[in-house]
Amino acid sequence: MSDVRLENISKRFGDTLALEGISLHIHDDEFFVLLGPTGAGKTTTLRVIAGLEKQDDGHVYLDDRLMDGAQPADRDVAFVFQQYSLYPNMSVYDNLAFPLRSPLRRLPEGEIRQRVTGAAEKLRITHLLERKTARLSGGEMQRVSIGRAIVRQPRIFLMDEPLSNLDAKLRESLRVELKHLQKTQGSTTLFVTHDQIEALTMADRIAVLDQGKIIQNGTPFDIYDRPATTFVAQMVGTPRINLIAAEWQDGAYRTPGAALSFARQNGAAAEKVLVGVRPEDVRPGAGDFRGEVMLVEPLGVETILHIRTGEITLLCVVSGLSSIQLGEVLSFGFAVERLHFFDMNGRRL
Amino acid sequence: MANIELRGVEKKFGDVFAVKPLDLTIKDGEFIVLLGPSGCGKTTTLRMISGLEAVTVGQILLDGRDVTWLHPSERDIAFVFQFFALYSHMSARDNIAFPLQAAGMARHEVKERVAQVAALLRIDHILDRKPGALSGGDQQRVALARALVRRPAAFLMDEPLGALDAEFRETMRAEIKKLHLAQHATTVYVTHDQIEAMAMGDRIVIMSAAVVQQVGTPTEVYHNPANLFVARFIGSPGMNLVKAKVEPDGARLPGGGLAPISDRWRRALEGSGLEDGSVVLGFRPEAVQVHDGGALRAGVYADDLHGGYTMLHLELADGEIIHGRAARDAMNALGSAVRFDLDPDMMRFFNPETEMAILS
Amino acid sequence: MANVANAPRQKVVISTRVDKVSTGARVTSSVRAAIAVIVALIMLIPVAWMAMTAFKTRPDAVAVPPKVFFEPSFEGFVSLLTSRRQLTNDEIAVYQQRTDLGWADQIALIRGQAITGPSAFPRQLLNSLIISGVSTVFSVGFGVLSAYAFSRFPVPGKDDLLFFILSQRMLPPVVVTIPIFLMYRQVGLHDTHIGMVLLYTAFNLSFSVWLLKGFIDEIPREYEEAAMVDGYTRLQAFRRIVLPQATTGIAATTVFSLIFSWNEYAFALMLTSDAARTAPPSIPLVLGTGGIEWAAIAAGSLAFLIPVVIITFLLRKHLLRGVTFGAIRKG
Repeated sequence: MSDVRLENISKRFGDTLALEGISLHIHDDEFFVLLGPTGAGKTTTLRVIAGLEKQDDGHVYLDDRLMDGAQPADRDVAFVFQQYSLYPNMSVYDNLAFPLRSPLRRLPEGEIRQRVTGAAEKLRITHLLERKTARLSGGEMQRVSIGRAIVRQPRIFLMDEPLSNLDAKLRESLRVELKHLQKTQGSTTLFVTHDQIEALTMADRIAVLDQGKIIQNGTPFDIYDRPATTFVAQMVGTPRINLIAAEWQDGAYRTPGAALSFARQNGAAAEKVLVGVRPEDVRPGAGDFRGEVMLVEPLGVETILHIRTGEITLLCVVSGLSSIQLGEVLSFGFAVERLHFFDMNGRRL
Repeated sequence: MANIELRGVEKKFGDVFAVKPLDLTIKDGEFIVLLGPSGCGKTTTLRMISGLEAVTVGQILLDGRDVTWLHPSERDIAFVFQFFALYSHMSARDNIAFPLQAAGMARHEVKERVAQVAALLRIDHILDRKPGALSGGDQQRVALARALVRRPAAFLMDEPLGALDAEFRETMRAEIKKLHLAQHATTVYVTHDQIEAMAMGDRIVIMSAAVVQQVGTPTEVYHNPANLFVARFIGSPGMNLVKAKVEPDGARLPGGGLAPISDRWRRALEGSGLEDGSVVLGFRPEAVQVHDGGALRAGVYADDLHGGYTMLHLELADGEIIHGRAARDAMNALGSAVRFDLDPDMMRFFNPETEMAILS
Repeated sequence: MANVANAPRQKVVISTRVDKVSTGARVTSSVRAAIAVIVALIMLIPVAWMAMTAFKTRPDAVAVPPKVFFEPSFEGFVSLLTSRRQLTNDEIAVYQQRTDLGWADQIALIRGQAITGPSAFPRQLLNSLIISGVSTVFSVGFGVLSAYAFSRFPVPGKDDLLFFILSQRMLPPVVVTIPIFLMYRQVGLHDTHIGMVLLYTAFNLSFSVWLLKGFIDEIPREYEEAAMVDGYTRLQAFRRIVLPQATTGIAATTVFSLIFSWNEYAFALMLTSDAARTAPPSIPLVLGTGGIEWAAIAAGSLAFLIPVVIITFLLRKHLLRGVTFGAIRKG
């Protein structure tokens, strides 16, 4: 059993408030992702849980035990850093064995060997065990870092952007491996990232952080389909969501700079709104609106169209290669049931 | 405006090839992308075109004029760097005006040109700020303006978006491309990001290990990769590549399933002279069609939401992982078995020995 | 992001076209190497001259023109390591008949002297070894600890403190010798090993804190944090993780500290007289009767040089990186 609870955590660095009343509950076996831009307080949260940073206010509970005063070593958590955490003066084997040789554990060498080789097999790094860490590639290093966390069998894995220093291909494959590993091992994991794709693809639940506060907390589907604010809506999804300012006029929300109109959805009763339209919910070919294609970006699996209508340029994604040409004037519509309405302060209506 | 021609251009550092002999013609007004992993020779190629790096052997022609041994300043090209290379002690305006002043242009003309280019890039409001006070995106806009203001024959860009945050990158990508559409200046653009290359390039030159692997339009390199390297490198994730055996009824996948082959491919494979029918079968994730009546089987290794769709990671009987694109509500339990078919039109075949594509 | 603009990095470097004329480049680099060797040889001339002089006899040492080729003799070393008495002509005659003389006695006899006992020099060399060795261990030991603290912990007034520490180093030693001399006499530290160790440690500490802080700043703190999360205390993490990675810095600091306290002259002259006297103030005082004993002085300098050369040689691998530290920045 492992279960992490944060109650009202606050933390200041000098004059800046890094965390402001963070409360979270991470359940057993859960893959929980903290998503946010640089400086949102994601890493600080992780460090507070690990005990590397002391909170000014609030409490940390691990398995219902208050951990506020405990040293990092006594918390039984494992930390995977973004980079630089393998000891360069040791072999891969010694790196993996290092936590097991700590004065807290002091396992017999036989058991250490067993655990290290077990973890190495799972991560497919058995052939690297005798190597010095300086001679590893980025992907191999990060695998060893994860291995060093696994051998411990800790309460919770804390991962601080472990994939962000790797190249795109490697990141993709490690992402899948990490998720598979987490699901088959059933290890509670708190994963910090600024990459929305990592969050969407790996998480059971996501908490979106901004300026030290949790903006929204939910499953990937919640976050993508029902973003609580325009910030969250823009944070997830690529290409980015279209945000269009509209005013209530003659029984519909109409845009000042273009001839677009949106029917009022239940609950949205404000005079002025921001309408959010995901690029895949712009449907070219049929619909009430017309626009000119300003740019075509063929990504292979899908094509991004930049459609200009009035003073507004909408991003639109169609799957596969599109036969739509640059400069073409086309009609388009929206997937009406998937529109998002926000008030002018960016809050979901 | 200009066309650029590379004739047998190569570059050696000591005994090591940075770029093996390369022939390439870049048409007037074309947006060409040099794409490849780090160390593949793409930046060296760009720097040779600019004159910042000397060629070891070969010729570089600009509009038919041999510029191989001309100094960078005599080539009438502009270079945009990854780290902007703005002069930090000068305002954005002075930065942009700098190349014109260097050319000794009259003051009022400089002013006019700077105003024009600033309007084009929508940076009028930040002209008086120093680079340090600008965001990454704005810094790169100023750097672009400095390149544009000279109205050079060609633009060379070395990963200009590499140092930007993800959010700026997508916007700037579209901006640069729109700028190109408006100006139609010959552009050579270097990147390691295949998405950038696909989105921007009229043609893409894919390099690896100092050798050009394929030159083609985004559609060509995506659907008809010339070899396994290109197949893997383009796409996110890359093309699924599995060892298969061609049999009378189709391609036998590792672990047993049989995928039917279209007639066109059957003929091509017969003519390819493969000994025992061993091939590498390649197919894009969108070629995987999961449905209950599918002829092929796999276990779900992992699945993940990508916003508008779900990516299924399927484990074949021999442990090989393939990726399939599915509807966003198609979430499956880990380890559960699924059935699927492959779209015969989207199957591609490679020679396992030479790693080259078999052409139909 | 903000300071990126100030630093056009990597790609901006405009390469020179040396590769176009690769044979020329090769010639250039060998010319460069030749010049470096020549400069090194010129720099070594005084040292070589000193070493030669140490093995000259007294007349050879002062010969005009200087002798490059000569018959080597241990006369300088005998003068350095012994105290002697001038013999009368009668005594010389007696001595010359004796067969029980050691080789040192015979060398002394050539100059009409008899050895009466060992000189103070071996003891002074030992004092130098003890004092500079112990003070180096202290200054590097305390230095690495406080450098670590400055590097890792939020020390109040850190920048000011670091400046104060460095400013101590700006003081010319001569300015403080008199006050320290008076103080030391009061508290009984004058002419003691402890007094000198204390003084040199204090003097070197500022320097070693500065140097080592730079090195420790370069070690990413994630290493220790990983170890702490893995079940080690901070001190254990420091010992197991930080120290091994700081070897370069520690080696460089050790050599610099050692060289300072080994060579220190002004304090040693003022604050020691006999029991704790180190070698530097006494070498120039190896004055014999009737003129300067150049050979003895050279022999003393040579003996004095050797320990430092040995240590520097042992640590050279680390030093090479340590000395260029700061010139190399990780991109």
